Amino acid sequence: MVLCALSIFAIVALIFTELILRSQLTIAKFGIRFFFGSAWDPVNNNFGALPFVYGTLVSSIIALIIAVPLAVGVAVFITEMCPRMLRGILAFLTELLAAIPSVVYGLWAVFVLVPILREHVDPLLIKVLGWTGLFAEPNFGIGMLAAGIILAIMILPIISSLTREVMSAVPHSQREAVLALGATRWEMIRLGVLRNARIGIVGSIILGLGRALGETMAVTMVIGNSPQIVKNLLAPGYSMASVIANEFSEASDDMYRSALIEIGLALFLVTIVVNGLARLLVWAVTRGAPPRSA
Amino acid sequence: MGVGIKVENLNAWYGTNHALLDINLHIPAQEATALIGPSGCGKSTFVRCLNRMHETNPLAKVTGKVQIGEIDIYSDVSPVEVRRRIGMVFQRPNPFPTMSIYDNVASGLRLNGFGNRRVLDEVVERSLRNAALWDEVKADLKKKSGASLSGGQQQRLCIARALAVDPEVLLMDEPASALDPVSTAKIEDLIFQLKSQYTIVIVTHNMQQAARVAERTGFFLNGKLVEFDSTHKIFTNPGDKRTEDYITGRFG
Amino acid sequence: MANQYKTSAWNRHSRFVSDHLATGLAVLSTILVVAPLIAIFIYLLYKGASSLNLAFFTQVPKPVGEAGGGMANSIVGSAVVLAIASAMGVPLGIAAGVFLAEFGQGGRLANIVRFTADVLNGVPSIVMGVAVYSLIVLPQKHFSAFAGGVALGIMMIPTITRTTEEMLLMVPHSIREAALGLGVPNWRSVLSVSLRTASPGVITGCMLAFARVAGETAPLLFTAFGNQFWSVNIGQPIAALSLQIYVYALSPYDEWHRLAWAGALVLIILIVVSVSLVRYVTSRGVLKGAN
Repeated sequence: MVLCALSIFAIVALIFTELILRSQLTIAKFGIRFFFGSAWDPVNNNFGALPFVYGTLVSSIIALIIAVPLAVGVAVFITEMCPRMLRGILAFLTELLAAIPSVVYGLWAVFVLVPILREHVDPLLIKVLGWTGLFAEPNFGIGMLAAGIILAIMILPIISSLTREVMSAVPHSQREAVLALGATRWEMIRLGVLRNARIGIVGSIILGLGRALGETMAVTMVIGNSPQIVKNLLAPGYSMASVIANEFSEASDDMYRSALIEIGLALFLVTIVVNGLARLLVWAVTRGAPPRSA
Repeated sequence: MGVGIKVENLNAWYGTNHALLDINLHIPAQEATALIGPSGCGKSTFVRCLNRMHETNPLAKVTGKVQIGEIDIYSDVSPVEVRRRIGMVFQRPNPFPTMSIYDNVASGLRLNGFGNRRVLDEVVERSLRNAALWDEVKADLKKKSGASLSGGQQQRLCIARALAVDPEVLLMDEPASALDPVSTAKIEDLIFQLKSQYTIVIVTHNMQQAARVAERTGFFLNGKLVEFDSTHKIFTNPGDKRTEDYITGRFG
Repeated sequence: MANQYKTSAWNRHSRFVSDHLATGLAVLSTILVVAPLIAIFIYLLYKGASSLNLAFFTQVPKPVGEAGGGMANSIVGSAVVLAIASAMGVPLGIAAGVFLAEFGQGGRLANIVRFTADVLNGVPSIVMGVAVYSLIVLPQKHFSAFAGGVALGIMMIPTITRTTEEMLLMVPHSIREAALGLGVPNWRSVLSVSLRTASPGVITGCMLAFARVAGETAPLLFTAFGNQFWSVNIGQPIAALSLQIYVYALSPYDEWHRLAWAGALVLIILIVVSVSLVRYVTSRGVLKGAN
């Protein structure tokens, strides 16, 4: 029994050491500059991972900007506003969103979302917001924005259900205290619930970020796979998880593979830190009861 | 200044449970009125009908008339307005843990649009003095959170918070039942001082407390108001046998 | 002095407006969230249902250019990989869960194990694939169903561990005490009594983990690798439903797109059924045996 429990520890240790060992070549050659170089040139053995870091960060940030208001809005609606009967159905539906596999999201994104973006949404964005430099031609539909949108849909359920959980953990007496002062329902939610749960909500947002950082398949299918750093959100980009997914099988020599594994190692470490921080914040509000969704 | 409360044919339900049956009474202004009775008799429900908190329960239903001062609270005004004019202190102290002491007391006024620093400072100090808490917290008003105080202090903070919006009536639902005897005594002294300015309705299962602070007392049993008279009469010469049984400890 | 703080009409009005605005935004958010879900399901049904015929389930893919064919090899391949994953993940997960629930409450070691399981849970799936590639595929010098199974099995462990621990902790002490009172040594009492009582919950935990990894693609990219032909050899590359959907989706052939939609529909149905079952069992009172 103890052995089995320790085996979990062994597995994580194994994964960690493998990743470090197999990325030694590029760690030795480039050091920390690996993450600041923007040239990804396998032919000449010159590897800079900045475009992928940029792509992962930007697509995740877009996802958060879209997902957080919606997720909190849904959580507020389900917990505080909606009639009893709807609560179960809506909660089930958001849970279903979480159950859809990444590749199915990708499939839908490629054949439904991208054409909609290309034909209807992007031209509108270019016309109205083109002056910001964020939306410009050429417009193929795929690119950073598409990746951000599909990521938003994917991280929405986890932010929403965790927010619901921390909101439910706020004692009823707080709600009553605000109402008894003569507050409207929204004021009661704002002062009595959201304010008390804000640490946990931040935690759930960070957890959503952690999920977005490591997401692979759906992003790979719509991000465009072009290692460039540009301001234009409609241009194709590349993420850390996507470059590994796309190029790992073709990585012919050890240096190439080491570079990709080093990117994987970085992803591994960042997600550990982000997820750890998130769990700490959520735990602080719900006092030890582990969140049921991950 | 406090106003009187007139209740006519009040009935309340939780779903199919008929919690209050045909309550009629007149609570005098600027006095303390105690409501006593065994657990589940409806006294808390009654008090929650006075500031329309009862209807926050989705299964709740109310019929009848409750007139506070000149206003029928169920037909003339919105629940928000009612609760603004009637303060409530709960059984367990519930200060806002994410706000400082100052912000706790000022919260009611801020909700209603009063942001002027001088006004708030003045009101916060006055409310804390009225709640006999000022001297204990005046040094840490903005530094300490509402939840960092002791139980008795928290309850006085809640009283200050309720007083800050200058209510006409103050409802107290077993305000000292979660507190130690020393804090309880302080709260009772407080009620004594406050009743000259406000109309106070206090629910209590502690008969000695009712005898100490209230001019008038009402005895509830199984959702009905059995007897309502001067405190002295209720405790020395009750008119109804059921009241007498409760007072002498035969049940409850 | 009565009501010297009279709220202004402006204040009352703006609060009224904010309240309704907030409600409106919350409703809007809910609609915006539910809409893509419904859109995805409708699209899957629309595009996939027409391609679901007997051939889909019994035939392997035809060469490019020819119509027809199916994804039989992918479906069977997924089954093989998931079987290996379960064989590895379920025992380890349950054992760890039992350890945490029975011997680990408050202990330092238990907290480390719990934290490690959380870390494992957060490992991005692509990184898991790369790690298992290094550990198994490289030394063996070939892709295999076994490697794929290991990768998915590892990913099942944290979920099963957590659910098992939760379910065991819900078993009332009275049942444990009854077993101990009969003179049964502690570890045996744990296994036979508590586990049996909590078994519905533990099983649903396993089903949940199963449903989650059934749709995973990234860990299989460099382990199971995929296979155009029929194969059930666990020492060789094998096809998997999720992998095949990925390959077909990115291909330029309409015929393969059609298969991708159908495969996605099958995958979704499988997962939705599992999730619904899990929800049904947990809401119906998992611990009927405990009462």
